[in-house]
Amino acid sequence: MNSMRARLLVILLLTTGAVWLSAAAWIYWSTQARVEQVLDARLREAARMVDSLITDHRIEIASAAEAIEGLDVERMTDEPYSHQLSCQIWSLAGSLVGRSEAAPRERLASSDDGFSQTAIDGETWRVYTVLNSERGVQVMVGDNLKVRQSLVNDVMTGTLLPMTLVLPVAGLLIWLSVQRGLRPLDRMAALLARRHANDLRPVDLPDAPGELRPALDAINGLFGRVASARDREKSFTAFAAHELKTPLAGLKTQAQIALASDDPKTSRHALEQIVSGVDRSSRMVRQLLDLAAADANEERDVAGAADAATVVRDAIRSVESLAARRNVGIEAQGLPDGKVACDRALATTALRNILENAILHSPAGETVRIAASTSDQKTLFRVEDGGPGMTEDDLAHARARFYRGTHHDGAGSGLGLAIVDTIMRRAGGSLTLANQEGAGFTATLHFPKA
Amino acid sequence: MRILIVEDDPILLDGLTVGLKLAGFTPDAVSSCADAEAALRASDYEAVVLDIMLPDGSGIDLLAQRRREHDATPILLLTARDQVADRIAGLNAGADDYLGKPFDLDELAARLRAIQRRGSGRASATLRWQGVVIDPATLSVSRDDLPINLTRREFTILRLLMERPGAVIGKPALEEAIYGWQEGVESNAVEVHIHNLRAKLGPGIVQTVRGIGYRVGGEQP
Repeated sequence: MNSMRARLLVILLLTTGAVWLSAAAWIYWSTQARVEQVLDARLREAARMVDSLITDHRIEIASAAEAIEGLDVERMTDEPYSHQLSCQIWSLAGSLVGRSEAAPRERLASSDDGFSQTAIDGETWRVYTVLNSERGVQVMVGDNLKVRQSLVNDVMTGTLLPMTLVLPVAGLLIWLSVQRGLRPLDRMAALLARRHANDLRPVDLPDAPGELRPALDAINGLFGRVASARDREKSFTAFAAHELKTPLAGLKTQAQIALASDDPKTSRHALEQIVSGVDRSSRMVRQLLDLAAADANEERDVAGAADAATVVRDAIRSVESLAARRNVGIEAQGLPDGKVACDRALATTALRNILENAILHSPAGETVRIAASTSDQKTLFRVEDGGPGMTEDDLAHARARFYRGTHHDGAGSGLGLAIVDTIMRRAGGSLTLANQEGAGFTATLHFPKA
Repeated sequence: MRILIVEDDPILLDGLTVGLKLAGFTPDAVSSCADAEAALRASDYEAVVLDIMLPDGSGIDLLAQRRREHDATPILLLTARDQVADRIAGLNAGADDYLGKPFDLDELAARLRAIQRRGSGRASATLRWQGVVIDPATLSVSRDDLPINLTRREFTILRLLMERPGAVIGKPALEEAIYGWQEGVESNAVEVHIHNLRAKLGPGIVQTVRGIGYRVGGEQP
């Protein structure tokens, strides 16, 4: 059953019905017991009264039984319940001495004394017998159980009929209550249904009941995560558009200058700018692809194992021409042993970006040093350059995508450290950046050992 | 026409500086919000080319700040974010025009001249006075339909004088208009350019108001 409303309704109707039925059963049994008790007491009193009348000789034995009729009418004037009591007086020898009008001719009691039940002509009689040994008779007063039962039935009908008539009203009230009780759910559903697809603000339901809070909080939490993912995507797209279109604008402008200028010096300068612009743009494109690769790997497990020495060799080889152009040396202090727990291509990408940064920020003639060290669990690659280092502010933001520092020279894309950071976190390692005492900068890659 | 270029990409900044100089402008180049603000306070520019994403902030914020300080210098936004919403945001912040990257250098020059023209309250692209016609778009000058060849600086001086015929413009203002920061000013440069202008235009156009400056028109001497 998928409707909460129908489920609640059925549960409430069933439990109400069960309570109602058990109440009816209780009333039935207790009425029956009370009726039995009261009527039994009456039988006993009546029998004793007749017995005492006989004993005191206040009445003839033969007519004594008729006294019960007056008693009966006197007690129960209501027509349906009259002639309830019957009385027989038997001699000890076993002959019927006298009987009331309503009493049958058959002997009412099976026992000689006290209560007993007898079936006569298919009807059950409840009888109280008193033995009067002085006059040698037995006085029996009884009533028909059918009459007792009809009394109980009348009480039950009187109770149950109004209750049954009220039952549909109760059902309707339950239905309305369920409707009303579930209204906050409807309101939340309506609020969500009215939302625009781009509206990721938290759902505001000020008077939401406590039971809805967890669902509401979960929904708002999800909205928050989707919104921040979308914001990141938006700002990434905006940055990427800027970072890709700006060099294109530069290239186009320089090309137009080269075409328009009559001055060979100006044309040559513009063409040189185009060449360097294409170099920078290709680095940017490569880094965007590296970043995409590092991000894509977040989806699946990339815990490969790469030979540490190979990673260092590959990374150095990929930056050699850049170093030569900038007149910066590269010095590797010993090659490390063992393997790092990272995909080889990604580990090389991380180290290459660190080396590129070091080369780009080193003054010409300086040397970039790379040192490796291993401990029990980690392999460290430390890259030192003789550049100016970073300000505190830059250090704090260096890993953000497209952050290029407040005093950048325009050569970097602002992606290098973002790529390295993504790869290192992915590999379960870390990247640390620190200014050296005096001058220079150190970037350290902490790889877990394979 | 003295303009300020604010762009952080060195190749584009170089291209804009060289290209707009070729188109007859006198550009100064800066690459951060802070430098741009300092330059705008220090000198008068007839137009500003402003990139939005700068290393130390947003060009839009700088623009809004200038407008709050009642600086009405015409500003053209240059940006990669040329979605409609971004353009609206830029124009609402007080930009006079908007150009998405990459752009055409000639279009940029034309738009700069247009916002400068609107800034000086003029509708026509060409300036005329007594048979002299100059067209800032083509840097061409003629007198009585005969073309005259002027250098870039001579042209700039003539354009400034013809913007408001009769108004006297002092020598320092002319110097500021024709020299960017990188260019040294020779002490008698303006006099030399005025002398050449008179020689090329013929008599009666450019007048000297002794001790104050120069003007085009006014009462005939």
